[in-house]
Amino acid sequence: MAAPRIGVFICHCGTNIGGIVDVPQVVEYAKSLPYVAYAAANLYTCSEEGISSIKHAIKEYDLNRVVVASCTPRTHQPLFRNACADAGLNPYLFEFVNIREHCSWIHMQNRREATEKAKELVKMGVAKARWLDAQEEFESDVYPAAMVIGGGVAGMSAALNLANQGFEVHLVEKEPELGGRLLKLNRIFPINKDPSELVESIVKAVEGHSKIRLHMPAVVKAASGYIGNFDISVDEGGKEVSFKAGVIIVATGAQVLKPELYRYGELANVLTQLDLEQRLKDGKLGEFQNVVMINCVGARIPERPYCSRLCCMTAIKNAALMKEINSEAKVYVLYRDLMTYGVEFEEYYREVKEAGVRFIRYTPSNLPQVIGAERVESVRVYDELMDMELELPCDLLVLATPLIPNDDNEELSRILKVPIGDGGFFLEAHVKLRPVEFAMDGIYVGGSCRWPADIRESIAQGYAAASEAVIPLRQGLVKVEAITATVDPKICKGCGTCALVCPFDAIELKESEIRGLEGKIVSEVNTALCKGCGLCAAACPNGAVQQRGFTDMQLLSMVNALSGKR
Amino acid sequence: MQDTKEVQTEFKPKILAFCCNWCAYAGADLAGVSRFQMPTDVRVIRVMCSGRVPPELIIRALANGLDGVMILGCHPGECHYSEGNYLTRRRAHVLKRLLSYIGIEPERFQLRWVSAAEGAKFSAVVKETTDKITALGPNRWVDKR
Repeated sequence: MAAPRIGVFICHCGTNIGGIVDVPQVVEYAKSLPYVAYAAANLYTCSEEGISSIKHAIKEYDLNRVVVASCTPRTHQPLFRNACADAGLNPYLFEFVNIREHCSWIHMQNRREATEKAKELVKMGVAKARWLDAQEEFESDVYPAAMVIGGGVAGMSAALNLANQGFEVHLVEKEPELGGRLLKLNRIFPINKDPSELVESIVKAVEGHSKIRLHMPAVVKAASGYIGNFDISVDEGGKEVSFKAGVIIVATGAQVLKPELYRYGELANVLTQLDLEQRLKDGKLGEFQNVVMINCVGARIPERPYCSRLCCMTAIKNAALMKEINSEAKVYVLYRDLMTYGVEFEEYYREVKEAGVRFIRYTPSNLPQVIGAERVESVRVYDELMDMELELPCDLLVLATPLIPNDDNEELSRILKVPIGDGGFFLEAHVKLRPVEFAMDGIYVGGSCRWPADIRESIAQGYAAASEAVIPLRQGLVKVEAITATVDPKICKGCGTCALVCPFDAIELKESEIRGLEGKIVSEVNTALCKGCGLCAAACPNGAVQQRGFTDMQLLSMVNALSGKR
Repeated sequence: MQDTKEVQTEFKPKILAFCCNWCAYAGADLAGVSRFQMPTDVRVIRVMCSGRVPPELIIRALANGLDGVMILGCHPGECHYSEGNYLTRRRAHVLKRLLSYIGIEPERFQLRWVSAAEGAKFSAVVKETTDKITALGPNRWVDKR
């Protein structure tokens, strides 16, 4: 390979770096470093102008390595790698140096030392760049099928969406029936319709779809592989079924909390909102005259701090229904705060108030009290707004409880290697920017298993997850960042330590087929399974195993540069 | 005479930190975004996993004369690659004993857990380690080779 000719670009980032680090001084310093053929400053390296200055310099100065000292590779590495590729330079001949987050922003009071530190960081980056190699990204085929876990409204929407785009879908539902939580509901807000109309039409479409294969009742027992190539095994009614999928969507929903509060489970006329819906649906509610509903039961408390969002609307819906069934009935809703976000919901709330439902605000420091021996007879509540204690007669007490994570989330998280966040719900890759993907490539998430979602949000998230999942399916192949492990079979002694430490079973000991080494037992990396952690490279006793982009030589050259050794 | 001179000038240690891309490196980024101010003595090398760092490299860094080396990885149970940090933890235990055997103060090597959400902890670890290494004084162990 030609002698290294390194180009170094130091970013001012407006005043973010330039206001603290003496950028011209760092540029001059960079010019003095070994193999640096060109060094310059940019006001904003990520701007159109900055990018074109990199491309221009690669051609003008015949650069074969590029170093950018600016912000963080976690956000900007792809941009600068692409700039290199556009100018005909292999994108892996690029090295990032962080002098903003790791320097100017944390040393704002010490310009001299910040400048010295920036120089050293650039020196380390240049030292590594000298040892960079061109890399080809590994491409692997995508098996054109998806697995959707969960046959609720989110999962069915995702499955239909994918199937309608022509892809085979395995829909795995743990209950013997499709529909999920929707099956248990009586009416849906704000349209007051029987949900069976909605469920039946979706279920019919799913069941009749030639591209959808139902696994029911079934649970996922094992999943191995990677994006494009998952091997899945499910327990379907006691027998094991295996299939392949290129992508996975998790839409397993949530459950309603059964509280240990307000004597639920002890007094017969204390129900959750879901119990109430069940009784209304079955026509088994019976007579009532005085209904009290309590919101935020078991929610927004220290051990469960989140707002489940749906319970306020559920209470409002069922309060209206109580009035509809018996217009003489007195209906009280005791709330802490009301969550009626969105245009229709606020309007619906107003109508329900006009229909005569009373809303009383209570405080968490002064919770309502249930009075009665065998049954609830009244509820005592301190009305914060009137500064008065009220005793409300009550023959039916209904508790609005939050959605909580399913009990089997942890097991599924372990099988799929996807994370669970605070409170036990599945955790998406980024709370704001990547809402329906997991950090693990090829696995997506939607509906209430991620966070309490109402029906239309669940449907929308199911569609969103499907539209993300269809990208690799449609492209037919995926690229993997070339930071995977390599083995030099000439040096490898076949001890197998690398295979032992690999968490992904990506290394196997095999007889070499390379000419001159026939029959020698050496390690072989399955690049498709390698995730690029580098554990094997650190464990190899004689340097035969290396990690692309993080080789022993590259790391050592950085250490030596910092300590002033060559 | 040499010694008196060093006492008079303030000792600024040179400390290296290997940071896992998924946790501590992101935590360091967060510390930056949050503008947490900290000592200037730490330089970061990004690796994909704390388990990528071979013990030989740490010994090399200290033998070269760096005053301190840190590995910052994901909290136990939170490794992006499932179990890389457990390997790091086991290696660190042996490495500390090896360092003291060859005559390098084992405190010059630190293994700490910093998550991507712990910008404040990153900054605290940098401060603590800088104080600790400054108190130890310059690394006088020099590779004789």
